[in-house]
Amino acid sequence: MDRHETRIIIAGFGGQGIVLIGNVIARAAVIEGKNVVGMVSYGAEMRGGTANATVVISSDEIFDPFVAHPDRAIILNQPSLDRFEPQIEKDGLILTNTSMIQRGPQRTDLARIKVDATQIAHQIGNLRVANIVAVGAFIEHTNLLSMSSIEQAVKDLFSNKNPKLVEINLKALHAGAEQSRATGKSRPGGAIS
Amino acid sequence: MGEKILLKGNEVMCEAAVQAGCRFFAGYPITPQNEVPEYMSKRMPQVGGIFVQAESELAAINMVFGASLSGARCMTSSSSPGISLKQEGISYIAAAELPCLIANIQRGGPGLGNIRASQADYFQAVKGGGHGDYRVIVLAPASVQEIYTLTMNAFDWADYYRNPVMILGDGISGQMAEPVEILPYEPIVDLPAKDYILDGCAGRKPRVVKTLVLRPTDGLVTHNEHLQGKYKRIEAELSLCEEYETADAEIVIAAYGITARIAKGAARLARKKGIAVGLIRPITLWPFPSDAFAAVAKTAGQILTVEMSHGQFVEDVKLAVNGGCPVRFLGKGGGWYPTEDTILEKIESMAAASATIAKGEL
Repeated sequence: MDRHETRIIIAGFGGQGIVLIGNVIARAAVIEGKNVVGMVSYGAEMRGGTANATVVISSDEIFDPFVAHPDRAIILNQPSLDRFEPQIEKDGLILTNTSMIQRGPQRTDLARIKVDATQIAHQIGNLRVANIVAVGAFIEHTNLLSMSSIEQAVKDLFSNKNPKLVEINLKALHAGAEQSRATGKSRPGGAIS
Repeated sequence: MGEKILLKGNEVMCEAAVQAGCRFFAGYPITPQNEVPEYMSKRMPQVGGIFVQAESELAAINMVFGASLSGARCMTSSSSPGISLKQEGISYIAAAELPCLIANIQRGGPGLGNIRASQADYFQAVKGGGHGDYRVIVLAPASVQEIYTLTMNAFDWADYYRNPVMILGDGISGQMAEPVEILPYEPIVDLPAKDYILDGCAGRKPRVVKTLVLRPTDGLVTHNEHLQGKYKRIEAELSLCEEYETADAEIVIAAYGITARIAKGAARLARKKGIAVGLIRPITLWPFPSDAFAAVAKTAGQILTVEMSHGQFVEDVKLAVNGGCPVRFLGKGGGWYPTEDTILEKIESMAAASATIAKGEL
């Protein structure tokens, strides 16, 4: 695609904080002065069902707010992998939460980030931060946005709710980044131009 | 430029309403506009306004009728099936010449339909969905920032013309979040004094806004003529339209709202492939910017109308173009959504067909 645009899908179980991932990434992009469109799947969603959110980031005008074919995917559970893997653009990138995905991606053209998000969150002491662990790994690998913008977005989102949550989420973010560094890159993800 | 914050279209519409001084909201839940009552339920009490989750859509529109009659800037919102239920009230409000804002965040129809985005309520919005000869000013924003601006303008135009105004949105523009700059409200017209409201008649003559007793007996004829005079004035003063690279375009896409935005992307892709494509986007659907369409038809080889319905907006395009150039169509209902590639494909087939004709091969 001849476009300075990144189209991301985030998918998992309802309750895994899918919408929050989209929010953190979208807000960080706003902080960096980029154009952003965020969407959340809506309808008869329920806790335990599948949920997905999409974020389009561009330094240019964004025309189509929908993400039919993402070039980056953050996948937190098996049913979401099965559903969205075929839709990813050729030579795209996929992050999988290996704690909850036994059968990995089948496609060989995709760059991969593997992170034990749920396991790491467990070690940190709160399973609910698994989503932010995934964000940490994703940003560290792709350099899509700067880690400091992501940190700022996390602070903005949580400081109103409960300042204690800022600390544990920042910890989760850095733990995800750490694992991403440790496992190395299967292939550079590349920043958006 | 000020700081930008990330908000959904539905939320931005509410914040714009609050900034513009809207202090009464009544509504009833329906997807995909539920962020509107949710936001208003939180925001209205913070600014000393009133939020009512009504028992039905009918109750909500009639509460707005009453609120407007008391002089308040007021608003209701719903999605397609709920807007159908409000039509009786909208006709009454138009008859009484009361200002208010009605938002329709369209979903798939007909009937209960589905909760995906749609543009199939075009006829209902611009041709008068209720009974009688009346018009509602209809606005079609194409971005979250434009939802913000047009919502504020809507309250001004409603007061200025003493007429209901509708924001005709859709499930996508309502649900999508974009960075938006929350600008302070400034009236864009000189707002007339509300010398019609019912606020107690001690020391002045009573006012009648609506009555069964029409005197003289041809009072309704006179009233209709008065309304038509106002509608003519609105048509002359308030047609808004955006054009993008239409000057040299061999094909001009006609689209409104979210569809126009995607069409603009398709136009850009087409230009990269060497096909001169432009876009004409009405911002007001009523009054329809007919003159701009007629002018485009003089220079364009063909017009392609794209809408998320089986062909409603296209009828107004054809009326305005009046045979000036061929008008083609791309559209479906029920939650169908045009991608840039779908539109581009249609453009390429149109360009190929006209090239064949030009070569005399047909």
